[in-house]
Amino acid sequence: MKQLVILSGKGGTGKTTLAGALVHLLEQKAFADCDVDAPNLHLICNELTEQQSDDYYGFQKAKIDPSQCVQCGKCQELCHFGAIKDFKVNPYECEGCGVCAYFCPVNQAGNSAIQMQEWVSGKTFLSKRQNEWFSHAKLQMGNGASGKLVTQVRKQLLEQITSEELVIIDGSPGIGCPVLASITGVNLVVAVTEPTLSGLHDLERLVQTVAQFKLPIFVCINKYDLNQEVTQLVEEFCAKKQLEVLGKIPYDQTVIQAVNAGASIVQYPASPAAVVIMEICQKIRSLV
Amino acid sequence: MKLAFLSGKGGVGKTLVSTNFARLIPEAIYLDCDVEEPNGAIFLKPQIEQVLEVKVLNPEPLPELCLGCRRCVEFCKFNALAYVGQIMLFAELCHACGGCWKLCPAEALRAKERVIGQLELGRTGELATRTGLMNPGEATGVPIIKQLLHDLPSEKTVVIDCPPGSGCSVLESLKKADFAVLVAEPTAFGLHDLEMVCELVRFYNLPAGVVINKHTEDLAEVEAFCARQQLPILGKIPYQASTAALYGAGKLLVDEDVAAKELFAKIVTTVMEVATDETARHLKR
Repeated sequence: MKQLVILSGKGGTGKTTLAGALVHLLEQKAFADCDVDAPNLHLICNELTEQQSDDYYGFQKAKIDPSQCVQCGKCQELCHFGAIKDFKVNPYECEGCGVCAYFCPVNQAGNSAIQMQEWVSGKTFLSKRQNEWFSHAKLQMGNGASGKLVTQVRKQLLEQITSEELVIIDGSPGIGCPVLASITGVNLVVAVTEPTLSGLHDLERLVQTVAQFKLPIFVCINKYDLNQEVTQLVEEFCAKKQLEVLGKIPYDQTVIQAVNAGASIVQYPASPAAVVIMEICQKIRSLV
Repeated sequence: MKLAFLSGKGGVGKTLVSTNFARLIPEAIYLDCDVEEPNGAIFLKPQIEQVLEVKVLNPEPLPELCLGCRRCVEFCKFNALAYVGQIMLFAELCHACGGCWKLCPAEALRAKERVIGQLELGRTGELATRTGLMNPGEATGVPIIKQLLHDLPSEKTVVIDCPPGSGCSVLESLKKADFAVLVAEPTAFGLHDLEMVCELVRFYNLPAGVVINKHTEDLAEVEAFCARQQLPILGKIPYQASTAALYGAGKLLVDEDVAAKELFAKIVTTVMEVATDETARHLKR
Protein backbone atom coordinates (compact mmCIF):
# COMPACT_ATOMS: atom_id res chain seq x y z
CA MET A 1 0.00 0.00 0.00
CA LYS A 2 1.20 3.49 -0.89
CA GLN A 3 0.25 6.59 1.04
CA LEU A 4 0.65 10.22 0.07
CA VAL A 5 -0.02 13.33 2.10
CA ILE A 6 -0.81 16.80 0.79
CA LEU A 7 0.70 19.59 2.89
CA SER A 8 1.55 23.26 2.49
CA GLY A 9 2.81 24.91 5.66
CA LYS A 10 0.70 27.98 4.95
CA GLY A 11 -3.06 27.58 4.99
CA GLY A 12 -5.36 28.34 2.08
CA THR A 13 -2.92 27.47 -0.69
CA GLY A 14 -5.11 24.77 -2.22
CA LYS A 15 -4.45 21.45 -0.41
CA THR A 16 -8.10 20.46 -0.34
CA THR A 17 -8.68 21.54 -3.96
CA LEU A 18 -5.89 19.18 -5.07
CA ALA A 19 -7.07 16.42 -2.73
CA GLY A 20 -10.61 16.73 -4.12
CA ALA A 21 -9.28 16.45 -7.68
CA LEU A 22 -7.34 13.27 -6.81
CA VAL A 23 -10.48 11.85 -5.19
CA HIS A 24 -12.42 12.42 -8.42
CA LEU A 25 -9.75 11.29 -10.87
CA LEU A 26 -7.79 8.40 -9.41
CA GLU A 27 -9.01 4.84 -9.13
CA GLN A 28 -8.35 2.22 -6.51
CA LYS A 29 -7.87 4.50 -3.57
CA ALA A 30 -9.03 5.49 -0.15
CA PHE A 31 -8.82 8.97 1.30
CA ALA A 32 -8.67 10.79 4.59
CA ASP A 33 -9.09 14.36 5.75
CA CYS A 34 -6.42 14.82 8.40
CA ASP A 35 -7.12 18.52 8.93
CA VAL A 36 -9.18 17.63 11.98
CA ASP A 37 -9.06 21.25 13.23
CA ALA A 38 -10.90 22.56 10.18
CA PRO A 39 -11.97 19.71 7.90
CA ASN A 40 -13.29 20.75 4.47
CA LEU A 41 -12.72 17.84 2.08
CA HIS A 42 -16.19 16.36 2.73
CA LEU A 43 -17.69 19.59 1.39
CA ILE A 44 -16.54 18.81 -2.16
CA CYS A 45 -16.90 15.02 -2.15
CA ASN A 46 -20.46 14.45 -3.24
CA GLU A 47 -22.36 11.20 -2.69
CA LEU A 48 -20.76 10.39 0.66
CA THR A 49 -22.67 7.90 2.76
CA GLU A 50 -21.73 7.68 6.37
CA GLN A 51 -21.06 4.14 7.55
CA GLN A 52 -19.90 4.70 11.06
CA SER A 53 -19.13 7.45 13.55
CA ASP A 54 -17.45 7.09 16.91
CA ASP A 55 -16.48 9.24 19.82
CA TYR A 56 -12.74 9.50 20.09
CA TYR A 57 -11.14 9.39 23.50
CA GLY A 58 -7.77 11.14 23.34
CA PHE A 59 -6.03 12.19 26.50
CA GLN A 60 -7.48 11.37 29.91
CA LYS A 61 -8.42 14.13 32.33
CA ALA A 62 -7.97 14.16 36.09
CA LYS A 63 -10.99 14.46 38.33
CA ILE A 64 -10.89 15.15 42.06
CA ASP A 65 -13.45 13.45 44.28
CA PRO A 66 -14.23 16.10 46.93
CA SER A 67 -15.50 13.48 49.36
CA GLN A 68 -12.05 11.83 49.46
CA CYS A 69 -9.79 14.85 48.91
CA VAL A 70 -7.94 15.94 52.08
CA GLN A 71 -7.06 19.33 50.53
CA CYS A 72 -3.33 18.92 51.07
CA GLY A 73 -2.55 20.90 47.90
CA LYS A 74 0.10 18.45 46.67
CA CYS A 75 -1.56 18.05 43.27
CA GLN A 76 -1.80 21.78 42.75
CA GLU A 77 1.87 22.18 43.62
CA LEU A 78 3.01 19.41 41.23
CA CYS A 79 0.83 20.22 38.20
CA HIS A 80 3.00 21.80 35.50
CA PHE A 81 -0.03 22.99 33.56
CA GLY A 82 -1.73 25.11 36.23
CA ALA A 83 -4.83 22.97 35.78
CA ILE A 84 -5.73 22.58 39.46
CA LYS A 85 -7.12 25.43 41.54
CA ASP A 86 -9.08 25.25 44.77
CA PHE A 87 -8.99 21.43 44.65
CA LYS A 88 -10.77 21.35 41.28
CA VAL A 89 -9.37 20.33 37.90
CA ASN A 90 -9.99 22.54 34.90
CA PRO A 91 -10.36 19.90 32.16
CA TYR A 92 -9.38 22.42 29.46
CA GLU A 93 -5.99 22.99 31.09
CA CYS A 94 -5.39 19.36 32.11
CA GLU A 95 -3.15 17.43 29.70
CA GLY A 96 -3.86 14.08 31.30
CA CYS A 97 -0.30 13.39 32.42
CA GLY A 98 -1.42 11.69 35.63
CA VAL A 99 1.13 13.35 37.92
CA CYS A 100 -1.58 14.53 40.34
CA ALA A 101 -3.18 11.09 40.63
CA TYR A 102 0.19 9.35 41.03
CA PHE A 103 1.48 11.58 43.83
CA CYS A 104 -1.83 12.15 45.64
CA PRO A 105 -1.26 10.90 49.21
CA VAL A 106 -4.84 9.62 49.41
CA ASN A 107 -4.29 7.62 46.21
CA GLN A 108 -0.94 6.37 47.48
CA ALA A 109 -2.65 5.12 50.63
CA GLY A 110 -4.84 2.92 48.42
CA ASN A 111 -7.92 5.15 48.15
CA SER A 112 -8.93 7.28 45.24
CA ALA A 113 -9.22 11.03 45.60
CA ILE A 114 -8.03 11.71 42.04
CA GLN A 115 -9.13 9.58 39.13
CA MET A 116 -7.98 9.73 35.55
CA GLN A 117 -11.12 9.69 33.41
CA GLU A 118 -11.63 9.08 29.72
CA TRP A 119 -12.52 12.26 27.84
CA VAL A 120 -14.08 12.67 24.41
CA SER A 121 -11.71 14.79 22.30
CA GLY A 122 -13.42 14.42 18.98
CA LYS A 123 -15.58 12.36 16.67
CA THR A 124 -14.36 10.15 13.85
CA PHE A 125 -16.35 9.32 10.73
CA LEU A 126 -16.01 6.54 8.20
CA SER A 127 -17.90 7.12 4.98
CA LYS A 128 -18.09 5.58 1.54
CA ARG A 129 -18.12 7.26 -1.82
CA GLN A 130 -18.71 4.93 -4.78
CA ASN A 131 -17.41 1.97 -2.78
CA GLU A 132 -14.30 3.83 -1.70
CA TRP A 133 -13.56 4.53 1.92
CA PHE A 134 -13.25 8.04 3.31
CA SER A 135 -12.13 8.72 6.86
CA HIS A 136 -12.39 12.05 8.62
CA ALA A 137 -12.96 13.56 12.03
CA LYS A 138 -13.94 16.63 13.92
CA LEU A 139 -12.10 17.88 16.96
CA GLN A 140 -14.31 18.58 19.94
CA MET A 141 -14.39 22.27 20.85
CA GLY A 142 -11.71 23.20 23.34
CA ASN A 143 -9.55 20.12 22.90
CA GLY A 144 -5.91 19.84 22.06
CA ALA A 145 -5.62 16.25 20.88
CA SER A 146 -5.36 17.02 17.13
CA GLY A 147 -2.27 14.86 16.57
CA LYS A 148 -3.75 11.79 18.24
CA LEU A 149 -7.00 12.27 16.35
CA VAL A 150 -5.10 12.39 13.04
CA THR A 151 -3.45 9.08 13.93
CA GLN A 152 -6.88 7.58 14.66
CA VAL A 153 -8.34 8.87 11.35
CA ARG A 154 -5.55 7.10 9.47
CA LYS A 155 -5.74 3.94 11.56
CA GLN A 156 -9.47 3.43 11.07
CA LEU A 157 -9.04 3.90 7.32
CA LEU A 158 -6.21 1.35 7.07
CA GLU A 159 -8.40 -1.17 8.90
CA GLN A 160 -10.94 -1.05 6.06
CA ILE A 161 -8.74 -1.35 2.98
CA THR A 162 -6.45 -3.79 1.23
CA SER A 163 -2.86 -3.31 0.16
CA GLU A 164 -3.98 -2.52 -3.42
CA GLU A 165 -5.33 0.87 -2.58
CA LEU A 166 -3.58 4.18 -2.72
CA VAL A 167 -4.20 6.28 0.39
CA ILE A 168 -4.61 10.02 -0.20
CA ILE A 169 -4.29 12.19 2.90
CA ASP A 170 -5.38 15.82 2.95
CA GLY A 171 -3.20 17.38 5.65
CA SER A 172 -3.45 20.46 7.82
CA PRO A 173 -1.55 23.73 7.66
CA GLY A 174 1.43 24.29 9.95
CA ILE A 175 4.29 21.99 10.88
CA GLY A 176 3.25 20.84 14.37
CA CYS A 177 1.84 17.64 15.82
CA PRO A 178 -1.12 17.08 13.44
CA VAL A 179 1.25 17.50 10.49
CA LEU A 180 3.87 15.19 12.03
CA ALA A 181 1.11 12.62 12.68
CA SER A 182 -0.04 12.83 9.06
CA ILE A 183 3.51 12.39 7.67
CA THR A 184 4.53 9.35 9.74
CA GLY A 185 4.57 6.26 7.52
CA VAL A 186 3.67 7.89 4.18
CA ASN A 187 5.62 7.30 0.96
CA LEU A 188 5.58 10.79 -0.43
CA VAL A 189 4.62 14.36 0.30
CA VAL A 190 2.94 16.71 -2.16
CA ALA A 191 3.40 20.33 -1.09
CA VAL A 192 0.98 22.91 -2.47
CA THR A 193 2.31 26.44 -2.33
CA GLU A 194 1.45 29.88 -3.70
CA PRO A 195 3.56 32.73 -5.04
CA THR A 196 3.57 34.88 -1.92
CA LEU A 197 6.55 35.52 0.36
CA SER A 198 4.46 33.99 3.16
CA GLY A 199 3.81 30.87 1.11
CA LEU A 200 7.50 30.50 0.27
CA HIS A 201 8.62 31.09 3.87
CA ASP A 202 6.17 28.45 5.10
CA LEU A 203 7.20 26.01 2.36
CA GLU A 204 10.83 26.35 3.50
CA ARG A 205 9.86 25.46 7.08
CA LEU A 206 7.74 22.55 5.84
CA VAL A 207 10.65 21.21 3.80
CA GLN A 208 12.89 21.39 6.90
CA THR A 209 10.26 19.47 8.86
CA VAL A 210 9.79 16.76 6.21
CA ALA A 211 13.59 16.39 5.84
CA GLN A 212 13.67 14.64 9.21
CA PHE A 213 11.45 11.90 7.72
CA LYS A 214 13.69 11.56 4.65
CA LEU A 215 10.69 11.53 2.29
CA PRO A 216 10.45 12.75 -1.30
CA ILE A 217 8.55 16.06 -1.69
CA PHE A 218 6.86 17.15 -4.90
CA VAL A 219 5.66 20.73 -5.25
CA CYS A 220 2.65 22.34 -6.95
CA ILE A 221 2.57 26.12 -7.33
CA ASN A 222 -1.03 27.26 -7.16
CA LYS A 223 -2.24 30.64 -8.52
CA TYR A 224 1.25 30.98 -9.99
CA ASP A 225 0.31 33.85 -12.30
CA LEU A 226 -0.73 36.14 -9.41
CA ASN A 227 2.93 36.96 -8.87
CA GLN A 228 5.36 35.64 -11.48
CA GLU A 229 8.37 37.07 -9.63
CA VAL A 230 7.64 35.16 -6.44
CA THR A 231 6.79 32.08 -8.53
CA GLN A 232 10.34 32.31 -9.84
CA LEU A 233 11.67 32.50 -6.28
CA VAL A 234 9.67 29.37 -5.41
CA GLU A 235 11.09 27.59 -8.46
CA GLU A 236 14.62 28.63 -7.52
CA PHE A 237 14.10 27.33 -3.99
CA CYS A 238 12.79 24.02 -5.35
CA ALA A 239 15.76 23.73 -7.74
CA LYS A 240 18.19 24.38 -4.89
CA LYS A 241 16.53 21.74 -2.71
CA GLN A 242 16.16 19.37 -5.68
CA LEU A 243 12.38 19.25 -5.37
CA GLU A 244 10.46 18.51 -8.55
CA VAL A 245 7.73 21.00 -9.44
CA LEU A 246 4.78 18.93 -10.67
CA GLY A 247 2.91 21.84 -12.17
CA LYS A 248 1.93 25.48 -12.01
CA ILE A 249 -1.78 26.09 -11.64
CA PRO A 250 -3.18 29.41 -12.92
CA TYR A 251 -5.45 31.59 -10.80
CA ASP A 252 -8.96 30.72 -11.89
CA GLN A 253 -12.27 31.95 -10.44
CA THR A 254 -13.78 28.59 -11.42
CA VAL A 255 -12.00 27.05 -8.42
CA ILE A 256 -14.11 29.17 -6.07
CA GLN A 257 -17.25 28.47 -8.13
CA ALA A 258 -16.57 24.74 -7.80
CA VAL A 259 -16.04 24.95 -4.03
CA ASN A 260 -19.23 26.96 -3.60
CA ALA A 261 -21.13 24.39 -5.68
CA GLY A 262 -19.77 21.55 -3.49
CA ALA A 263 -17.88 20.14 -6.47
CA SER A 264 -14.31 19.43 -7.44
CA ILE A 265 -12.57 21.70 -9.94
CA VAL A 266 -12.10 18.69 -12.26
CA GLN A 267 -15.87 18.60 -12.72
CA TYR A 268 -15.25 21.79 -14.76
CA PRO A 269 -12.71 20.10 -17.07
CA ALA A 270 -12.43 22.99 -19.53
CA SER A 271 -11.39 25.52 -16.89
CA PRO A 272 -7.72 26.60 -17.03
CA ALA A 273 -7.00 25.40 -13.47
CA ALA A 274 -8.62 21.99 -14.09
CA VAL A 275 -6.48 21.35 -17.17
CA VAL A 276 -3.26 21.72 -15.16
CA ILE A 277 -4.60 19.96 -12.06
CA MET A 278 -5.55 16.94 -14.19
CA GLU A 279 -1.98 16.77 -15.53
CA ILE A 280 -0.65 16.99 -11.97
CA CYS A 281 -2.96 14.15 -10.86
CA GLN A 282 -1.65 11.96 -13.71
CA LYS A 283 1.93 12.68 -12.63
CA ILE A 284 1.10 11.81 -9.03
CA ARG A 285 -0.50 8.55 -10.21
CA SER A 286 2.66 7.61 -12.06
CA LEU A 287 4.84 8.55 -9.07
CA VAL A 288 3.11 6.05 -6.83
CA MET B 1 -7.79 45.85 24.76
CA LYS B 2 -6.51 42.51 23.53
CA LEU B 3 -7.85 41.52 20.14
CA ALA B 4 -7.42 38.00 18.75
CA PHE B 5 -7.57 37.58 14.97
CA LEU B 6 -8.60 34.06 14.01
CA SER B 7 -10.30 32.21 11.18
CA GLY B 8 -10.26 28.44 11.54
CA LYS B 9 -9.40 28.05 7.88
CA GLY B 10 -5.89 28.98 6.81
CA GLY B 11 -5.11 31.54 4.14
CA VAL B 12 -8.20 33.62 4.79
CA GLY B 13 -6.30 36.76 5.71
CA LYS B 14 -5.57 36.72 9.46
CA THR B 15 -2.08 38.08 8.94
CA LEU B 16 -3.13 40.50 6.20
CA VAL B 17 -5.83 42.01 8.40
CA SER B 18 -3.94 41.96 11.70
CA THR B 19 -0.66 43.46 10.40
CA ASN B 20 -2.36 46.29 8.50
CA PHE B 21 -4.63 46.86 11.50
CA ALA B 22 -1.77 46.99 14.01
CA ARG B 23 0.24 49.35 11.80
CA LEU B 24 -2.45 52.01 12.18
CA ILE B 25 -2.62 51.94 15.98
CA PRO B 26 0.03 54.05 17.71
CA GLU B 27 1.98 52.16 20.36
CA ALA B 28 0.14 48.90 19.87
CA ILE B 29 1.76 45.50 20.30
CA TYR B 30 1.56 42.92 17.53
CA LEU B 31 1.97 39.27 18.58
CA ASP B 32 2.51 36.57 15.99
CA CYS B 33 1.13 33.48 17.71
CA ASP B 34 1.22 31.35 14.54
CA VAL B 35 4.52 30.01 15.82
CA GLU B 36 4.59 27.10 13.35
CA GLU B 37 4.40 29.41 10.36
CA PRO B 38 4.77 33.02 11.49
CA ASN B 39 4.43 35.50 8.63
CA GLY B 40 3.71 38.84 10.32
CA ALA B 41 7.37 39.90 10.23
CA ILE B 42 7.42 39.49 6.44
CA PHE B 43 5.02 42.45 6.25
CA LEU B 44 5.98 44.50 9.31
CA LYS B 45 9.75 44.07 8.80
CA PRO B 46 10.54 44.94 12.42
CA GLN B 47 13.96 45.93 13.70
CA ILE B 48 14.74 42.98 15.97
CA GLU B 49 15.91 44.25 19.35
CA GLN B 50 16.02 41.06 21.36
CA VAL B 51 15.91 37.31 20.77
CA LEU B 52 14.87 35.06 23.63
CA GLU B 53 15.11 31.29 23.65
CA VAL B 54 12.03 29.35 24.68
CA LYS B 55 12.85 26.31 26.75
CA VAL B 56 10.89 23.44 28.20
CA LEU B 57 11.95 21.05 30.94
CA ASN B 58 12.46 17.53 29.69
CA PRO B 59 13.90 14.51 31.48
CA GLU B 60 17.51 13.66 30.81
CA PRO B 61 18.17 9.94 31.25
CA LEU B 62 21.27 8.98 33.24
CA PRO B 63 21.75 5.35 32.12
CA GLU B 64 24.47 4.60 34.68
CA LEU B 65 21.95 5.17 37.51
CA CYS B 66 18.96 3.45 35.88
CA LEU B 67 17.74 0.28 37.62
CA GLY B 68 15.66 -0.78 34.60
CA CYS B 69 12.43 -0.84 36.64
CA ARG B 70 10.48 0.82 33.78
CA ARG B 71 8.21 2.69 36.17
CA CYS B 72 8.75 5.91 34.20
CA VAL B 73 7.92 4.15 30.91
CA GLU B 74 4.67 2.81 32.35
CA PHE B 75 3.84 6.18 33.84
CA CYS B 76 4.38 8.34 30.75
CA LYS B 77 1.00 8.87 29.07
CA PHE B 78 2.66 10.34 25.98
CA ASN B 79 4.97 7.41 25.14
CA ALA B 80 7.95 9.73 25.36
CA LEU B 81 10.07 7.18 27.25
CA ALA B 82 11.08 3.69 26.19
CA TYR B 83 13.35 1.08 27.68
CA VAL B 84 15.34 -0.83 25.07
CA GLY B 85 18.39 -2.13 26.91
CA GLN B 86 18.58 1.38 28.35
CA ILE B 87 16.23 4.24 29.00
CA MET B 88 15.51 6.43 25.96
CA LEU B 89 13.68 9.74 25.57
CA PHE B 90 11.65 10.82 22.53
CA ALA B 91 11.84 14.51 23.37
CA GLU B 92 9.29 15.76 20.82
CA LEU B 93 6.60 13.59 22.45
CA CYS B 94 7.34 14.85 25.98
CA HIS B 95 4.71 17.15 27.52
CA ALA B 96 7.13 18.21 30.27
CA CYS B 97 4.81 17.13 33.09
CA GLY B 98 7.75 16.27 35.33
CA GLY B 99 6.25 12.99 36.53
CA CYS B 100 9.08 10.70 35.44
CA TRP B 101 11.92 12.42 37.22
CA LYS B 102 9.85 12.85 40.35
CA LEU B 103 8.89 9.19 40.57
CA CYS B 104 12.19 7.58 39.54
CA PRO B 105 13.44 5.63 42.57
CA ALA B 106 17.10 5.88 41.46
CA GLU B 107 17.18 9.54 40.37
CA ALA B 108 18.19 8.26 36.96
CA LEU B 109 16.23 11.01 35.23
CA ARG B 110 16.85 14.66 35.84
CA ALA B 111 15.15 17.79 34.58
CA LYS B 112 17.00 19.45 31.76
CA GLU B 113 16.12 22.52 29.73
CA ARG B 114 15.59 22.03 26.03
CA VAL B 115 15.20 24.84 23.50
CA ILE B 116 12.11 24.42 21.31
CA GLY B 117 12.03 27.83 19.67
CA GLN B 118 12.49 31.52 20.21
CA LEU B 119 10.83 34.88 20.58
CA GLU B 120 11.92 37.80 18.46
CA LEU B 121 11.08 41.15 20.02
CA GLY B 122 11.24 44.12 17.74
CA ARG B 123 9.79 47.39 16.62
CA THR B 124 8.24 48.75 13.44
CA GLY B 125 8.14 52.48 14.06
CA GLU B 126 5.97 52.92 17.14
CA LEU B 127 4.57 49.41 16.91
CA ALA B 128 6.14 46.78 19.16
CA THR B 129 6.28 43.32 17.64
CA ARG B 130 6.75 39.90 19.20
CA THR B 131 7.11 36.86 16.98
CA GLY B 132 7.15 33.28 18.20
CA LEU B 133 9.12 30.77 16.16
CA MET B 134 8.89 27.04 16.80
CA ASN B 135 11.85 24.96 15.67
CA PRO B 136 10.86 22.67 12.77
CA GLY B 137 10.40 19.09 13.99
CA GLU B 138 8.87 20.12 17.32
CA ALA B 139 5.32 18.92 17.97
CA THR B 140 3.88 21.81 19.93
CA GLY B 141 4.33 25.54 20.04
CA VAL B 142 2.10 26.03 23.07
CA PRO B 143 4.97 26.91 25.48
CA ILE B 144 6.12 29.56 22.98
CA ILE B 145 2.62 31.06 22.78
CA LYS B 146 2.43 31.07 26.59
CA GLN B 147 5.65 33.07 26.74
CA LEU B 148 4.44 35.46 23.99
CA LEU B 149 1.31 36.26 25.98
CA HIS B 150 3.13 36.62 29.26
CA ASP B 151 3.42 40.06 30.84
CA LEU B 152 1.34 42.13 28.45
CA PRO B 153 0.83 45.74 29.54
CA SER B 154 -2.87 46.16 30.27
CA GLU B 155 -3.20 49.70 28.90
CA LYS B 156 -2.03 48.92 25.37
CA THR B 157 -3.88 47.60 22.37
CA VAL B 158 -2.60 44.10 21.68
CA VAL B 159 -3.15 42.52 18.27
CA ILE B 160 -2.92 38.73 18.50
CA ASP B 161 -2.42 37.00 15.14
CA CYS B 162 -3.62 33.43 15.83
CA PRO B 163 -2.70 30.17 14.08
CA PRO B 164 -5.24 28.46 11.80
CA GLY B 165 -7.38 25.60 13.04
CA SER B 166 -9.10 25.11 16.37
CA GLY B 167 -6.54 23.03 18.24
CA CYS B 168 -4.36 23.64 21.26
CA SER B 169 -2.31 26.50 19.76
CA VAL B 170 -5.47 28.45 18.92
CA LEU B 171 -6.93 27.82 22.37
CA GLU B 172 -3.72 29.05 23.98
CA SER B 173 -3.66 32.16 21.76
CA LEU B 174 -7.21 33.06 22.83
CA LYS B 175 -6.58 32.81 26.56
CA LYS B 176 -5.81 36.48 27.19
CA ALA B 177 -8.10 37.94 24.52
CA ASP B 178 -10.92 40.36 25.34
CA PHE B 179 -12.47 40.29 21.88
CA ALA B 180 -12.17 38.09 18.78
CA VAL B 181 -12.00 39.38 15.22
CA LEU B 182 -13.08 36.48 13.04
CA VAL B 183 -11.62 36.80 9.56
CA ALA B 184 -13.81 35.09 6.97
CA GLU B 185 -13.92 34.67 3.22
CA PRO B 186 -17.05 34.22 1.12
CA THR B 187 -16.46 30.61 0.00
CA ALA B 188 -18.12 27.40 1.14
CA PHE B 189 -14.89 26.42 2.95
CA GLY B 190 -14.66 29.85 4.55
CA LEU B 191 -18.28 29.68 5.73
CA HIS B 192 -17.86 26.20 7.18
CA ASP B 193 -14.81 27.26 9.16
CA LEU B 194 -16.40 30.56 10.23
CA GLU B 195 -19.26 28.53 11.72
CA MET B 196 -16.66 26.47 13.54
CA VAL B 197 -14.71 29.40 15.05
CA CYS B 198 -17.98 31.09 15.93
CA GLU B 199 -18.81 27.98 17.94
CA LEU B 200 -15.33 28.15 19.48
CA VAL B 201 -15.58 31.79 20.67
CA ARG B 202 -19.09 31.13 21.98
CA PHE B 203 -17.69 28.15 23.89
CA TYR B 204 -15.16 30.50 25.50
CA ASN B 205 -17.77 33.19 26.00
CA LEU B 206 -15.62 35.64 24.05
CA PRO B 207 -17.39 38.53 22.28
CA ALA B 208 -16.63 38.63 18.56
CA GLY B 209 -17.20 40.32 15.23
CA VAL B 210 -16.35 39.48 11.62
CA VAL B 211 -14.11 40.99 8.95
CA ILE B 212 -14.88 39.61 5.50
CA ASN B 213 -11.76 39.42 3.35
CA LYS B 214 -11.65 38.86 -0.43
CA HIS B 215 -15.19 40.17 -0.40
CA THR B 216 -17.33 39.57 -3.49
CA GLU B 217 -21.07 39.31 -3.91
CA ASP B 218 -20.68 35.56 -4.53
CA LEU B 219 -21.68 33.93 -1.30
CA ALA B 220 -24.32 35.92 0.55
CA GLU B 221 -24.60 33.09 3.09
CA VAL B 222 -21.60 34.42 5.03
CA GLU B 223 -23.40 37.68 5.80
CA ALA B 224 -26.65 35.85 6.46
CA PHE B 225 -24.83 33.63 8.95
CA CYS B 226 -23.37 36.69 10.74
CA ALA B 227 -26.83 38.26 10.96
CA ARG B 228 -28.34 35.05 12.36
CA GLN B 229 -25.56 34.73 14.93
CA GLN B 230 -25.69 38.45 15.77
CA LEU B 231 -22.04 38.74 14.84
CA PRO B 232 -21.37 42.37 13.87
CA ILE B 233 -19.63 42.81 10.52
CA LEU B 234 -16.63 45.00 11.28
CA GLY B 235 -15.43 45.50 7.75
CA LYS B 236 -15.27 44.14 4.22
CA ILE B 237 -12.06 44.03 2.23
CA PRO B 238 -12.87 43.65 -1.46
CA TYR B 239 -11.06 41.06 -3.57
CA GLN B 240 -8.65 42.92 -5.84
CA ALA B 241 -5.76 41.62 -7.91
CA SER B 242 -3.71 44.61 -6.69
CA THR B 243 -4.24 43.55 -3.05
CA ALA B 244 -3.12 40.02 -3.87
CA ALA B 245 -0.01 41.36 -5.61
CA LEU B 246 1.00 43.60 -2.68
CA TYR B 247 0.36 40.78 -0.21
CA GLY B 248 2.36 38.36 -2.35
CA ALA B 249 5.33 40.73 -2.36
CA GLY B 250 5.23 41.05 1.43
CA LYS B 251 3.99 44.64 1.49
CA LEU B 252 1.56 46.34 3.86
CA LEU B 253 -1.52 47.64 2.04
CA VAL B 254 -1.76 50.67 4.34
CA ASP B 255 1.76 51.77 3.39
CA GLU B 256 1.22 51.42 -0.35
CA ASP B 257 -2.35 52.29 -1.14
CA VAL B 258 -4.30 55.34 0.07
CA ALA B 259 -7.70 53.71 -0.42
CA ALA B 260 -6.62 50.67 1.57
CA LYS B 261 -5.35 52.92 4.34
CA GLU B 262 -8.74 54.64 4.54
CA LEU B 263 -10.50 51.30 4.56
CA PHE B 264 -8.31 49.96 7.36
CA ALA B 265 -8.63 53.18 9.36
CA LYS B 266 -12.41 52.67 9.26
CA ILE B 267 -12.02 49.03 10.28
CA VAL B 268 -9.83 50.08 13.23
CA THR B 269 -12.43 52.60 14.40
CA THR B 270 -15.27 50.11 14.06
CA VAL B 271 -13.39 47.28 15.77
CA MET B 272 -12.34 49.49 18.70
CA GLU B 273 -15.90 50.80 19.15
CA VAL B 274 -17.60 47.45 18.86
CA ALA B 275 -14.99 45.69 20.99
CA THR B 276 -15.31 48.31 23.74
CA ASP B 277 -19.13 48.10 23.70
CA GLU B 278 -19.27 44.33 23.52
CA THR B 279 -16.71 43.68 26.24
CA ALA B 280 -18.47 46.19 28.52
CA ARG B 281 -21.80 44.48 27.85
CA HIS B 282 -20.14 41.15 28.46
CA LEU B 283 -18.77 42.23 31.82
CA LYS B 284 -22.21 43.43 32.91
CA ARG B 285 -23.78 40.06 32.19
